[in-house]
Amino acid sequence: MTDQQASPQLEEQESKYAKSARAFRDNVTRDLANSELRSNFRGAMDYLMDKRKAAFCEETELETLRIQCQQIKQRCLAKLPILLEQLEDKLTQNGIKVHWAETTTQANEIIAQLIEAKKGKSVVKGKSMVSEETALNDYLAQRQVECLESDMGEYIVQLAKEHPSHIIMPAIHQNKQQVAKLFAENIEGFNYNTDVDTLIQQGRSILRDKFCSADVGLSGVNFAVAETGTLCLVENEGNGRMCTTVPDLHIAITGIEKVVEHLADVPPLLSLLTRSATGQAISTYFNMITSPRKVGEKDGPKEVHLVLLDNGRSQAFADEELRQTLQCIRCGACMNHCPVYTRIGGHAYGTVYPGPIGKMISPHMLGLEATSDLPTASSLCGACGEVCPVKIPIPKLLLRLRKESVKPKDAAGEVMKGQGAGRSATEAFIWKAWALVHKSSLLYQLSMWSLTRFRFLMPKNLGPWTRVRTAPKPAAKTLHEQLKNRKSQASTGRG
Amino acid sequence: MTQLNSQHLRQYPNKPKQVYLFGTCLVDSFFPDSGMDAITLLEQQGIEVLFPQGQSCCGQPAYNSGYQDEAKAVALAQVRQFPLDIPIVVISGSCGGMMRHHYLELLDDVPEISAFCERIFEFTEFLIHALHLKLTDQGQPERVALHTSCAARREMGVHITGNQLLAQLDNVELITHDYESECCGFGGTFSVKHGDISAAMVADKTKHLLNADVVQYVSADHGCMMNINGALAYQKQSLRGEHIASYLLRRTQADKAAK
Repeated sequence: MTDQQASPQLEEQESKYAKSARAFRDNVTRDLANSELRSNFRGAMDYLMDKRKAAFCEETELETLRIQCQQIKQRCLAKLPILLEQLEDKLTQNGIKVHWAETTTQANEIIAQLIEAKKGKSVVKGKSMVSEETALNDYLAQRQVECLESDMGEYIVQLAKEHPSHIIMPAIHQNKQQVAKLFAENIEGFNYNTDVDTLIQQGRSILRDKFCSADVGLSGVNFAVAETGTLCLVENEGNGRMCTTVPDLHIAITGIEKVVEHLADVPPLLSLLTRSATGQAISTYFNMITSPRKVGEKDGPKEVHLVLLDNGRSQAFADEELRQTLQCIRCGACMNHCPVYTRIGGHAYGTVYPGPIGKMISPHMLGLEATSDLPTASSLCGACGEVCPVKIPIPKLLLRLRKESVKPKDAAGEVMKGQGAGRSATEAFIWKAWALVHKSSLLYQLSMWSLTRFRFLMPKNLGPWTRVRTAPKPAAKTLHEQLKNRKSQASTGRG
Repeated sequence: MTQLNSQHLRQYPNKPKQVYLFGTCLVDSFFPDSGMDAITLLEQQGIEVLFPQGQSCCGQPAYNSGYQDEAKAVALAQVRQFPLDIPIVVISGSCGGMMRHHYLELLDDVPEISAFCERIFEFTEFLIHALHLKLTDQGQPERVALHTSCAARREMGVHITGNQLLAQLDNVELITHDYESECCGFGGTFSVKHGDISAAMVADKTKHLLNADVVQYVSADHGCMMNINGALAYQKQSLRGEHIASYLLRRTQADKAAK
């Protein structure tokens, strides 16, 4: 694709997330200390886990569906380049214009030009994490175009000048008291009230006017069907339908991995998506957009555009193992079940996508230099992989990212931006020495003998370990020693 | 990650005469009594237990840190220590998961590696499925909890076999603690590399175990126990965890004496 011609200002915009991801450790310290935040996440994640569990009461059915959807996504990814071309052809035939963006800056430029061509001044947005990736709102604000988030969670987050802390529930880090306070401080005439229905009605009445007056509607896409040229949008509030039907110009933006081959691929994926995400059998709204308003039709946008964004996805695509990252259908189940996400919350990651999926995809988007702390921030407990609807082997991919992160910087065959960014000479030396000891029976037994014989030398302070735990105490004699001269141990198994 | 389905379909040997024991590095230097108790339990069933002196560590610490070449060298050294075609019983779910599942890829260039991996059995899995062990409880009534490591639970299905063993003890009431399936925060080098997150996780785990009002908890993984027991000791709590091999042996000891 074309060379980037971004202004320095835009470059700064792009690296916003890289900067906050680099601050991961500081963010973690800050958010772990926030007891209200932690309690909000714990409560919300418990709720979402229960909802999901109740939606999948038949284990065999769930497993069968997971395998089916894994195969659908793998098949579609295997022919991704062909499907993307087919999608473009079909969409074009249907009257939807397709734009390609390799970088977030390119995506923003395309969108800004489309808006400018219509002299648009205001955008009403359905929920789109890809537009968070490009930091579109900031970009357009600099060009005097006002964006209003119309998903209730996104609206709250925008009002609070924050970012989504969850990909499905953007404002999940706030409880109703916090939202009530936010509304009271920012919405004229609203008196503090923690009744959830009242809060939602308040938000809706403001949004209602905006849908009618906005020049542009912007949305994401959940599935883009190559066979028919259809953009599928899953939502619960009806705001997505308003954004994509009321304004004269509808711009959809999505990642290249959202393409599926057949219309028949959609129902199983949709069923797994909604049940994994919120425990719903189906979402309240499911939009299938196949063309702009046709002659004689009374509603619908006059123009529809689709922006397909790469932003590091093709790097993941190029490697057979890492490609599985792109199977993700963005249900959020991995974060709902993640003990790390539940503790630190979504903002600590500093990336657009938090939780296990964020740890996997962010290194491709931002490079390992900024994100090398993310793949290691997991106990590899496997809760994420267990619930992933498309069976992404998340712990295995985290291991792979750790491997890429500690590779020597100059090692041949670079598959990732920032290879070796997490490598320290000290750690590399420790593992070399460790391997030397543990692959030699003699050295191993000698070192364990020393550890047990000199156990009184074991330090009481073992850094992070002993901040909340006592130091473990070596035994007086190793198991090896205790078994060495045992009668029933006459054979070592080699005889 | 989830291998439970293949686990359920697994072929188990029927009361083999001989087994190898893989003791794990942590048990070797810190908790050898658990290893001895596991051997005693197996020998009570008339099984000869071979303990190759050349064994050290499964290689998991380096493997999980991204140092796969180093992990591979150590893993390969282990494979060579167990030449006989007899079961290899591992007294840790996570080391068992490493040797049964991850060796397949790590050592994919080693001939017969799948046959080696097939011989790997986690301790409680082996007691239930290969030995069909029947326990007679000789202890006083008490309430205990079970903590299974995540790898044990998700790679080896140990929460099932651990439960089945404890259920055989008539006087033991097995209490389910809150968030039982949630990670204790150990995760090997994770507990040091991301000490704050790990600390938050183990704080919750100890809280839930304490709330369960049990006299002790049992586990088949010393990694988790080093973490949880260490935190409990730091908090000056008396609650502790014990390896399931030691616990089962202790509860059935009078039986052994009677024979």
